[in-house]
Amino acid sequence: MAKISFRQALNDALRLEMARDPRVIMMGEDLTGGAGGNGVKDAWGGAFGVTRGLLGEFGPERIRDTPISETAFIGAAAGAALTGMRPVAELMFVDFAGVCLDQIVNQIAKFRYMFGGRARTPLVIRATYGAGTRSAAQHTQAFYPIFTHFPGLKVVIPSNPYDAKGLLLQAMRDDDPVIFLENKMLYDTMGEVPDGSYTVPFGEAKVVRDGKDVMIVAIGRMVKIAEEAARKLQADGISACVIDPRTTSPLDEDTLIEFAEEIGRVVIVDEATPRCGMAADISAMLADKCFDSLRAPIKMVTAPHTPVPYAPNLEDLYVPNADAVIKAVKSIIER
Amino acid sequence: MFSLHLPRERLLEAYRTMQTIRSFEERVITEMGTGDIPGSTHLYAGQEASAVGVCMHLTDEDYISSTHRGHGHCIAKGCDINAMMAELFGRVTGTCGGKGGSQHIADLRKGMLGANGIVAGGAPITCGAALSAKLRKTDRVAIAFAGDGAMNEGAMAESLNLAKIWMLPIIFVIEDNGFGEATANEFVSAGSFVRRAEGYDIPSAEVDGTDVFKVYTAAGEAIERARAGGGPSLLHVHVPRYYGHYSGDPDTYRTPEEKKIMRQEQDCLIKFRNKVSVEDLVKGSALEAIDAEVIAAVDESVKFARNSEFPPASALTTDVYVKYV
Repeated sequence: MAKISFRQALNDALRLEMARDPRVIMMGEDLTGGAGGNGVKDAWGGAFGVTRGLLGEFGPERIRDTPISETAFIGAAAGAALTGMRPVAELMFVDFAGVCLDQIVNQIAKFRYMFGGRARTPLVIRATYGAGTRSAAQHTQAFYPIFTHFPGLKVVIPSNPYDAKGLLLQAMRDDDPVIFLENKMLYDTMGEVPDGSYTVPFGEAKVVRDGKDVMIVAIGRMVKIAEEAARKLQADGISACVIDPRTTSPLDEDTLIEFAEEIGRVVIVDEATPRCGMAADISAMLADKCFDSLRAPIKMVTAPHTPVPYAPNLEDLYVPNADAVIKAVKSIIER
Repeated sequence: MFSLHLPRERLLEAYRTMQTIRSFEERVITEMGTGDIPGSTHLYAGQEASAVGVCMHLTDEDYISSTHRGHGHCIAKGCDINAMMAELFGRVTGTCGGKGGSQHIADLRKGMLGANGIVAGGAPITCGAALSAKLRKTDRVAIAFAGDGAMNEGAMAESLNLAKIWMLPIIFVIEDNGFGEATANEFVSAGSFVRRAEGYDIPSAEVDGTDVFKVYTAAGEAIERARAGGGPSLLHVHVPRYYGHYSGDPDTYRTPEEKKIMRQEQDCLIKFRNKVSVEDLVKGSALEAIDAEVIAAVDESVKFARNSEFPPASALTTDVYVKYV
């Protein structure tokens, strides 16, 4: 198996599926970057280089650079999906969902239900999320709790290159609309990834690391933070299990419940802000389903209830880090 | 005029469809009064010539999307009125199994991509259907029906631009009934819709939506252009709205006099009857026979709806996903 980046794993998934299925088309802003200019036609390959090279292979009919009109092209992707295509639309930053939320939550999420089960919307919306790029408040948010809230959407948040490829292939083959969120800070992460196509199923959490004293649930970029914390805790004689749900909708409740019951102590790490976030959601679910097995309060480690700040020192304080996780773990271990 | 070029069968078909929409909507008003249709409905009565004049050019393979006021578009696109009425009654035999209701009525098998509770919500989706038709190398077209209110939504502006740069086979049919809900269009709309389209280099025209022949002619030209790869068009169709914005709207923002004159002078069915009788194309008795058949069919649809069951409790949680867990 080759060791490739998270970015390359996504690029491979897109290329493989477009070659396999002619119904797959892509649309978004600067997917190629350079359209209509006199210079290089594939100058950007997406703002983060994920779609580089696809134009040459599949051409401008299938790799469609759009105007900066998120409502129009997300909606067009929906209409194309309803009528036989399998589009992958890219929101350059998930924050831009603010200008096309209607298409995502009022239209795409609801077609199948409103139409009595007679619609299929096989659509993937890829979007970057997350703080850490010194980009301040409007290019950095972790919107996944918002999408997770809406019935009809599936929400996928890969934490490593292997899962990124397998989950994206699954998303493109899925018959329901999928919001696929890529943390910008993970694009250069390296990992072993098979060459060919494979899928990672939705709704199956991954036990990243086994442990017996505390269960740390972490999502997306936070999985790495949780692993770092777990390694440091090991040095202090605390054995931490790390679980990555991989998809927040569907959520693998069974695995979370099973481990919570066995271990009895739970810390949830979430890059989103704390109110109505995934940490709150999973906490509530575990408190409801396995309260009697819990040996300590469930602890949430999240961003503060603020927008993402610009100043580097403040942004570094904003994103949950290993120290915060360790502190939360120790607060319940030492009870 | 164009009526002469339409075979008698097609004239009768146009009349039957317009009359079906009118009778359906008037019956909905009556049935709303019984309390057996839940919620509210937005009625298409008065606007029939627009949906019919456009949809006469379409087959089941073509796509349309609609507005809050979607019953007329459904009927003109060939949706079954029994299933439609059942949908309004919230019954399991409805077009959407009773889960969509009036405001989300849809029938994908007929290329009807849905009424829409969000103003201009259908325009981007219809661009996507048109893109799909184009990429699959079909000659299908997509019609985005929208109201005057939709012309002031960003989604519409974005869709017009996208449709043009991608040369999509789409026609934006803007049905201007003078009011966005209870606010007059002239109070809220700057410039002109036709000139807005011209700004995007989209061919556009104002159309008298009380005359099905004029709508048929204008739509035919636009649809032919779209099928031939000539890209999008916009039609600004002026239509009367016979009832309030929705079924519970007392409609006091229009005077009784203007509503009376509207019904006398702008009725597409009266205009049709006058035209075909002056030109001696269709005998009045043929139209009367259609009237009777339509009333019987609408009666039947209400019986069908009333005899149908509500969805079972288990339907509450189905149809959210194709497959979830």
